[in-house]
Amino acid sequence: MNWQPIVDEFKQCVPAVDFWSLRLVDDETETLSVREGVAQPPASAQSRGAYMTLVHRGGMAYGATSDLTAPGFKRAIESAMNWLEVTRRHALLNVDKLPRPGTSGRYRSAVAQPWHGMTLNDKLALLQQVNTALKIDPAIVYWEAHLRHRRTAVVLCTSDGVSIEQTFHYIVPGCAAVANRGAETQMRTGGGWGSVRQGGLEQLAAFGFPDSARQVAEEALTLVDAPQCPSGTMSVLLTPSQMMLQIHESIGHPLELDRILGDERNYAGRSFVTLDMFGHYQYGSELLNVTYDPSHPEEVASYGFDDDGSPAQRVFLIRNGVLERPLGGSISQSRAGMDGVANARACDWNRPPIDRMANLNLEPGDRSLQELIAAIENGVLMDTNRSWSIDDSRNKFQFGCEWGRLIQDGELKGVVKNPSYRGVSAEFWRNLTQVGDRGTFEIWGTPYCGKGEPNQVIQVGHASPACVFSNVEVFGGA
Amino acid sequence: METYFRDLAQTLCAAILPQETLLLNYDGETSDFVRFNQNKIRQAGNVRQQYLQLDLIAKQRQSTATLPLCGDRARDETQAVKVIAGLREQLAVIPDNPHINYALAVHDSRDAADSALPSPYAAVDDIIGRAQGLDLVGIWASGQQLRGFANSLGQFNWHARASFNFDWSVYQNSDKAVKSNYAGTQWNNGVLEQKLNYSREVQTVLARPAIKLKPGRYRVFLTPSALNEIMTLLNWGAFGLKSHRTLQTPLIKMIKEAARLQRQVHLVEHHADGLAPRFTRQGFAKPERVALIEKGEYRDCLANARDAKEYGVEVNCAIEHPQSLHMAGGDLSQADVLRELGTGIYISNLWYCNFSDRNNCRITGMTRFASLWVENGEAIAPIDVMRFDESVYHFLGDKLVALTAEREHILDTGTYEKRSDASALLPGALVEDFAFTL
Repeated sequence: MNWQPIVDEFKQCVPAVDFWSLRLVDDETETLSVREGVAQPPASAQSRGAYMTLVHRGGMAYGATSDLTAPGFKRAIESAMNWLEVTRRHALLNVDKLPRPGTSGRYRSAVAQPWHGMTLNDKLALLQQVNTALKIDPAIVYWEAHLRHRRTAVVLCTSDGVSIEQTFHYIVPGCAAVANRGAETQMRTGGGWGSVRQGGLEQLAAFGFPDSARQVAEEALTLVDAPQCPSGTMSVLLTPSQMMLQIHESIGHPLELDRILGDERNYAGRSFVTLDMFGHYQYGSELLNVTYDPSHPEEVASYGFDDDGSPAQRVFLIRNGVLERPLGGSISQSRAGMDGVANARACDWNRPPIDRMANLNLEPGDRSLQELIAAIENGVLMDTNRSWSIDDSRNKFQFGCEWGRLIQDGELKGVVKNPSYRGVSAEFWRNLTQVGDRGTFEIWGTPYCGKGEPNQVIQVGHASPACVFSNVEVFGGA
Repeated sequence: METYFRDLAQTLCAAILPQETLLLNYDGETSDFVRFNQNKIRQAGNVRQQYLQLDLIAKQRQSTATLPLCGDRARDETQAVKVIAGLREQLAVIPDNPHINYALAVHDSRDAADSALPSPYAAVDDIIGRAQGLDLVGIWASGQQLRGFANSLGQFNWHARASFNFDWSVYQNSDKAVKSNYAGTQWNNGVLEQKLNYSREVQTVLARPAIKLKPGRYRVFLTPSALNEIMTLLNWGAFGLKSHRTLQTPLIKMIKEAARLQRQVHLVEHHADGLAPRFTRQGFAKPERVALIEKGEYRDCLANARDAKEYGVEVNCAIEHPQSLHMAGGDLSQADVLRELGTGIYISNLWYCNFSDRNNCRITGMTRFASLWVENGEAIAPIDVMRFDESVYHFLGDKLVALTAEREHILDTGTYEKRSDASALLPGALVEDFAFTL
């Protein structure tokens, strides 16, 4: 898209203020799904709009509009100027001291197989093929497969002459089978269900899409007849599809600097982490190494710059178990007086940037999967999150998974259903006893991280090896 | 915008081929959002957005596209006509869909309620002035929301609402806070003052040393806000026709094993009293009400257009979860709640609920905000947050002691993508043997 005429139009409209920035977003999503063998109507959605920030004489406010004409800009600017006056009377931030973006640049997703390189017919045929592989038994009472592609182009320019252009492509595949006997129903998902990767159709294989479909259905049938996960204190071996959630809820959210500064206390919550912990707090065992890492091109939140224009680069947040740095963008860093990362992000043109997770990864260790299992005397392997709940300080959590396997005397045993565990973040990570090697390392992410007032859903990446935790309270259903 | 949408719809509907049907849905919103922290403004601004959803249908095929509108008639028309051409190309290659369903009978409607919204700038000045000395954090959202439907059969529906929703917490220390909300269409300074005074009064209890409870079973009172968290979780499949027919509903034991809730539990999707439009995106008119649970037994499902066609029933909702849920009250007077609770936990709010065992409708979640330990009918001190894990069949079944006679009208504060128009009318619930696990 040629943004220049729109930027020029805006420049004609914007008044003389101390500082302005303009973020233009052009977003297209195409969704295809086949449910129970029936192709659902193809759906495409376009979002296009402008988000402008105005700063003037101690006030700061925003205006956002889908009307990219001169009258539309003038209306949005007028609203922003009205709010700017109000914020001047009641400002939380000293806006004159806030950092401004200083670097121009570009970023583009790496795409090997473009979405439009495959015809609509072929994509629907692929989804039908997955449906056929899922419906393998009368006890499969529901099955579906979907494919979604999103292309987002973002331009950020400022009154200081900074210009940043970024274009992203995302792929969201998935399939699910639901098995039932009587009042017992179990769902098994796969093929990337609930996750997302950056790139083109070449990313499907990494999610096992479409090849994992039959296994998904077979495992749903196995789960229906499986015994409940046992209760007790034991070890858990979490695969990357569950580590993703564990990292997200009990490291990612607690380290968000805006939560620590209190912005989220009315909605998403606060954090058990406080500013004075950085630099010395033992967050986990010495095996725990966590990075903010925008350098994996296929991970969903790899980018060149965040939505406030800060350049992104890999840094450690937790090293050898010690807390080093929060997840805070340039404004939060200025408020807290400490270094953070480039994670001020907005879900679309119609919402302001706030501190979000981006790619938050747990670095691999040196144990193979077999070694992880062999070292467990009594435990449960848990795979694929399906239930998540944690307190507003991100401490007391309870998570449930789709798939469990008993581990006894160093060997994998039978399948169990409703595998669940609970714990406290501040203690749980100190019981990290083994970290898998690169062979167990997988890149996941979620398109559905909710936060902020007004609310925003954003996509975040989490890569992790399989990990073992000891002394965990484990239980099942009923 | 009503005239704009009507004119745009007429032009677009005239542009389709004889064998085609076009459904158009308009979504418009102008909203002011102000975010507070420490009784100051963290972020403030205005969002103006308009979208048009187009569904092109020919025989048994349908394709959908949504595009942003700028409000310039010529530009929007040009863009929409181009989109229709793209949809037509898709129809030529996609397979038939036996579940396509849209309203064939034409029924127009217009629902544009009057309101007296305050100036948001003055309201924010007023809030900050009245809350001096309080650590207030929250969100102000206000403005107009518009919804329109039109189709090539000649139907036209319009729904316009202007409302405000101020949702805030006042913090005493660490995680000890009291949460409040003031939402509606008519602003009244006196109501705000009253609610802020309540926030101040509760601070004295919150300032007391918190009580750490051990896991176990406790007698509890769930306020309407706490109960609303439970009901919001049940949106995940409890009442939808598709989830029932494919046996995914968390209420599966009600349909497979005749499990039931207590007789005083009545749940209704009350479209007529809701804030959402009375028409669906396929042009169907919603009925006045749908009985979901009556006298503790499962009654009817919510059926959207697609699923109604698949299973041969009437369309009775836009989406298959409640948007205006009503729960009948009981006989416990609000004034008697603490006395009847006796010794136990007054749970003002729940947080982050999720299913821990879906087949048994077992739910886990956290207490939050001003949840208080009560002894002999007197609020003693706040509790440190506790995790519960309990089945709906217990706390709305054999362990439900009473429901309050008074009910609270809760307007959803959700603003994902756009301001929510969901609401609920709920009582509080007195429950015994409620399980806490962590």
